[in-house]
Amino acid sequence: MSADEPVLELESMDKHFKTTSSFVETVKETVFGEGPKLVRAVDDLDMTLEQNQVQGVIGESGCGKTTLLRTVMGLYDPTGGDIRFQGQSTSEFGKADWKEFRRKVQIVFQDPFNSLDPKFSVRRTIAEPLEIHDIDYDRSDIEEMLEKVGLTPASQYIQQFPNQLSGGEKQRVAIARALVTDPEVILADEPSSMLDVSTQAEILNLLNGLTSEFGVSMIYISHDLSTVSYICDEINVMYLGRIVEKAETRELLSDPKHPYTKALIQSIPIPDPHHDRERATIGGEPGDPIDMPEGCRFKTRCPERMDVCDHTPRDVDPDGEGERSVACHLYYDHEATTGDAEEPVEEHTPETPT
Amino acid sequence: MTDPILEFEDVDIRYRTEKGNDVHAVNDASFSINRHDYFGLVGESGCGKSTIADAIVGGLDANGEVTSGTIRYKGEEIQDYSEKEFNRNVRWKEISVIPQSSMNSLDPVMKLSNQAVEMAKYHTDLTKTEAVDRLRELFEVVGLSESRIHDYPHQFSGGMQQRAIIAFALYLRPSLIIADEPTTALDVIMQDQIIDYINGLKDDWDISMLMITHDISVVFENCDSMAVMHGGQVAETGSVVDVFDRPRHPYAILLQNAFPDVRFPDRELAVIDGHPPQLRGEVDFCTFADRCPWAKPECREGAPDPQAVAGDDDHQAWCIRADEMEELAADHLDRNATEESILEGER
Repeated sequence: MSADEPVLELESMDKHFKTTSSFVETVKETVFGEGPKLVRAVDDLDMTLEQNQVQGVIGESGCGKTTLLRTVMGLYDPTGGDIRFQGQSTSEFGKADWKEFRRKVQIVFQDPFNSLDPKFSVRRTIAEPLEIHDIDYDRSDIEEMLEKVGLTPASQYIQQFPNQLSGGEKQRVAIARALVTDPEVILADEPSSMLDVSTQAEILNLLNGLTSEFGVSMIYISHDLSTVSYICDEINVMYLGRIVEKAETRELLSDPKHPYTKALIQSIPIPDPHHDRERATIGGEPGDPIDMPEGCRFKTRCPERMDVCDHTPRDVDPDGEGERSVACHLYYDHEATTGDAEEPVEEHTPETPT
Repeated sequence: MTDPILEFEDVDIRYRTEKGNDVHAVNDASFSINRHDYFGLVGESGCGKSTIADAIVGGLDANGEVTSGTIRYKGEEIQDYSEKEFNRNVRWKEISVIPQSSMNSLDPVMKLSNQAVEMAKYHTDLTKTEAVDRLRELFEVVGLSESRIHDYPHQFSGGMQQRAIIAFALYLRPSLIIADEPTTALDVIMQDQIIDYINGLKDDWDISMLMITHDISVVFENCDSMAVMHGGQVAETGSVVDVFDRPRHPYAILLQNAFPDVRFPDRELAVIDGHPPQLRGEVDFCTFADRCPWAKPECREGAPDPQAVAGDDDHQAWCIRADEMEELAADHLDRNATEESILEGER
């Protein structure tokens, strides 16, 4: 593997779920020639995770963040597209490849209260992945790992059980368990959202140092933009299965392009009574992922709605520097480019939002 | 000048346990909420904030009890009210509650309209039709479609359920609403809308609010005054501007700096080491002493008395070193002045 090759690449990855597995429904669908109804949880998603990079994914509940993570893990088979790990497609993986993949790609779950086995001591929790992957270890390796995630003195924690640990300590054990196999990639599913503010800060600081200290890359998903901005180099904004905007963290916060990103940023409360925040104007909740509107999926809530939004927007680079992309009709000249818009597009006048 | 609607004075709340090892959940808590004010109560899990809310409406668990101090609502002491008195004089009519998880506080097998009818039956003389009509009006106030009042709760999304709960909280026109983490289960955009509705109530309905949350940013944005709690003790109370500009309790200082602020992604977050103590037995010490970087031996020798900050009786810190804090915590206090926000239009 060369040094500048991305660790993980997702190329037009899809994960669609059928809404029914009933025999009768399936026959009906076949007889009447209509395809099965699909939940397009993740749709045509591209992402490249470079070495030592932290990619953030944010979006509201139900936008497909967790499905994305599970598909990358191999817990779901993607229904389309390709996942390449260190250059090799996971669809070509054999059993041994998967085992190696699982060693190199580790996950930290949202809820530390449920993701640790209550009957496993800290020592056994951390030793388990080592045993599974036939890695030699002794007690001092485990203690060293615990010290690295800030559980000091390690000798005090090593014999404890999850019920003796606080939420923050549990999450540290979960992080230690993920790091102990020397992985290349950590997948983090809102690892700080269940914790109190003061503990959350500890976990965020710990995660923040992971890439430099352990040389891992990370995909970090969350619904909370203010925590994501502490951790991530680049942020992907996801809406109903699609990434609508991708940019470097500061760029995204200081100059959001997509109307949804703007609304997300405007909705974050600012811990400062002197700050007068302009509230977002968009309403409602994400639509139903089964019967999604044609074209842009955000159009039903978008304050900038135009006629052209009935066509699927292409990913465009708003400032032409190749650094960021946004899937919104506002940012390209429809006469000069022909994209997903199949028919000639008339001039677009902004409508009043409904 | 001040006209308090709810006052806590030296309130102790205990939970009895079988082994006689009582939990002193709230110790010597004092604060007051002025009429027409929104008051924020912040602190981490287990600090006693929900216990306080429960005590106000007489909803403590069977083993919980206000053992000393007074809780006054509109000047009247309510801490010793019986169940019947709470029902007749306080609950819903005067003080209503927006609970934490709306999903679990609506009856899942009852249409929303019937839930309104039931409430009207116990607390008012309204007929069934009038009861449903009143709910219909309130649905409009909170931005729900009137046509949905005969729906069941599961037909609503999380945000809609939360609005329905707000409609119920307003149903008997109370003067004070206790909102216990009203938006934690919601997405940011929905949270913002709900908070916006809650803010509108203040003038439209002449409401005072006790907003309980762990999210200090929601309090700073929406409340007039606030209290910070730690380990069953009130740490600091005052107007939000005072507590923000001149925090004098170490916990209030560190908590503010532990909170991520989207405007400053490069800022180092403050870490508060350790955990709050188990509040078994007499609490005659500062509960923050073990976590406090500036603790002295005296901090463990007695529960701290309130100190007025800068001579202002409305801004108090329960810390024996409050006067020295400006100097001791200087590194933690000057952050906002030196940094620039990265958000659009603010540079």
